[in-house]
Amino acid sequence: MTTRTVAEPRTASTSPRRRGATLSSRRQRWGWLFVTPFLIVFALFLVFPLVYAFGMSLFTTTLATGTAFTGAANYLKAFTDPLFLGGMGRVLLYAVIMIPAQLLVALAAALVLDTLATWLAKLTRLLIFAPYAIPVVIGALMWSFLYSPRFGPAATLFDFVGLATPDFLAPDTIFGSLVNVVTWQWAGYYMVVIYAALRSIDPAVYEAARIDGANGWQTAMHIKVPMISSSMVMVVMFALIGTLQFFTEPVVLRSVAQGAIDAAYTPNMYAFSLAFSYSQFNYASAIAFSLGILVFVGSYLFLFLTRKQSGLK
Amino acid sequence: MSTLSSTADETAAVGPRTTLTGLPARIDRGPRGSRGGRRTGGRRIGSHVFLVILAIYFVVPVWWLFVAATKDTAGLFGSPAFWFDGRFALFDNVAALFQYQGGLYWRWLGNSFVYAFAGGIGATALSVLAGYGFAKYAFRGRGAVFSVILGSVMVPLTALVIPTFMLLSQYGIINTPWAVILPSLLSPFGVYLMRVSAQDAVPDEMLEAARIDGASELRIFFQIALPLLRPAIVTVLLLSVVGTWNNFFLPLAMLSDPQLLPVTVGLNRWTALSNAGAGGEQVWNLITSGAFISVLPLLLSFLFLQRYWQGGLAVGSIR
Repeated sequence: MTTRTVAEPRTASTSPRRRGATLSSRRQRWGWLFVTPFLIVFALFLVFPLVYAFGMSLFTTTLATGTAFTGAANYLKAFTDPLFLGGMGRVLLYAVIMIPAQLLVALAAALVLDTLATWLAKLTRLLIFAPYAIPVVIGALMWSFLYSPRFGPAATLFDFVGLATPDFLAPDTIFGSLVNVVTWQWAGYYMVVIYAALRSIDPAVYEAARIDGANGWQTAMHIKVPMISSSMVMVVMFALIGTLQFFTEPVVLRSVAQGAIDAAYTPNMYAFSLAFSYSQFNYASAIAFSLGILVFVGSYLFLFLTRKQSGLK
Repeated sequence: MSTLSSTADETAAVGPRTTLTGLPARIDRGPRGSRGGRRTGGRRIGSHVFLVILAIYFVVPVWWLFVAATKDTAGLFGSPAFWFDGRFALFDNVAALFQYQGGLYWRWLGNSFVYAFAGGIGATALSVLAGYGFAKYAFRGRGAVFSVILGSVMVPLTALVIPTFMLLSQYGIINTPWAVILPSLLSPFGVYLMRVSAQDAVPDEMLEAARIDGASELRIFFQIALPLLRPAIVTVLLLSVVGTWNNFFLPLAMLSDPQLLPVTVGLNRWTALSNAGAGGEQVWNLITSGAFISVLPLLLSFLFLQRYWQGGLAVGSIR
């Protein structure tokens, strides 16, 4: 969509027609020269690994028969493998719960911050964003300490309000515990994106709404939210891509919650353990490639369905 | 949507020296609160209470980490979780980090810096070149190639780690710093950001004028485009350094030599060993103080570079 805005005025304003041919071929060469270094990296570390993974996934290595071409066998196995399907279902469930949770916190914070210009509001904006500057591993480590009954921070807080401390690391509570870790880590980032979009709305629009007698809530719901829908679509898309690749947080929490998180908790964890614990690289490639395709198709579908809101074509 | 991008274009048209999208300049304008404030005092108090609750939620874990970093192992288990122990042991912990396993922790921290800056600077350089090329040169195939790059933003990078591992292992690059740095050079989103910024910040007229004066394309790039793109470059650099610094899956897969690990993977390893308990040593005080120290560089740089991330993070989403 951005391509045309520059391309068209350029052809119109380029210097004399006579020199046009040589000039444009020189320009063409410079254009390619500028983008080539990136394209080399793109080919080596994105296109090639994808092709390679697909190639690997078509073979199977066993001790008895060595490596043999087995076609789609690994994919048939993957899509009937309860561990892979279970992991896929789990990350989808995470997507359904976690993304709205993060979005809600981010949107509420951004809307409130947008109406305030106090030092407290500025400070809060910084504090909410702070977790983004903390590596995901360290964030998850911190929460694993906070959840841990051995260190007791959570117990301190629950005693303070007079409640019994739940076990955050049990099989039936780990889901919520992980949702909390991810929301804590990412809501601030999304808040900054949404906040910046809110700031770029022309204040004259609010003036008009105020004259029409709209109150703060109505302005927020009927003017602000619709006007930043393209940012929201982007935020949801990034959250979706991130959630389907869920890996770091469950891996880190696994060392304190062995019973609740197994090695195939998410598709990425499953692929990782297949490759590095069991050396089943062919099958791991099939899992990784399937996950890649599903994420790509899923995000593409999402962008297609929300094309009205995002303004993308 | 259309109004948003048109305002951004207008600010760009007014003068070449605008910030990324005109956002950072506006971000602290803050007139709305004071305007509404006179009438809705009660609501403002409610809003502030909401903000304070949010701030507490986001800060408490960091506060806990800071407090925990100042305790020795006995204090970690024996004193109030959210307040200091009688003994301030942070400096003892730092000293112990230099002792334990020959100061391995500092080696990890150094590795993190090397990987993050090598990967981040490399990725930024490639993004600037490519973004400028895409924005300012109408070469054949530009639209198609750029669409492919834009589409690749949706490819989950973790899905590439296992095949990349297998590829690199054939060339013997596994378990070397290159195995982490080279894949980190890939930043399709950086290219997208730089293209958008170059379209906004570098006016075609300036480039044409320089060409008529006989400047070479390289000179135009270095002397005209680069200075205009400086805010965008800092933003992309910040994002890609943070990306590499935070990466976990890639180094976890690529590196097995303890001497080569970045601090994220290293601390996770210590924690897993300490949790496994049994025969291994428990080094909780080193983990908490190590985690706290490792968090400081990024937290501080975000504090000092506010202007860049506040505008920069939004660029991708405005369009």
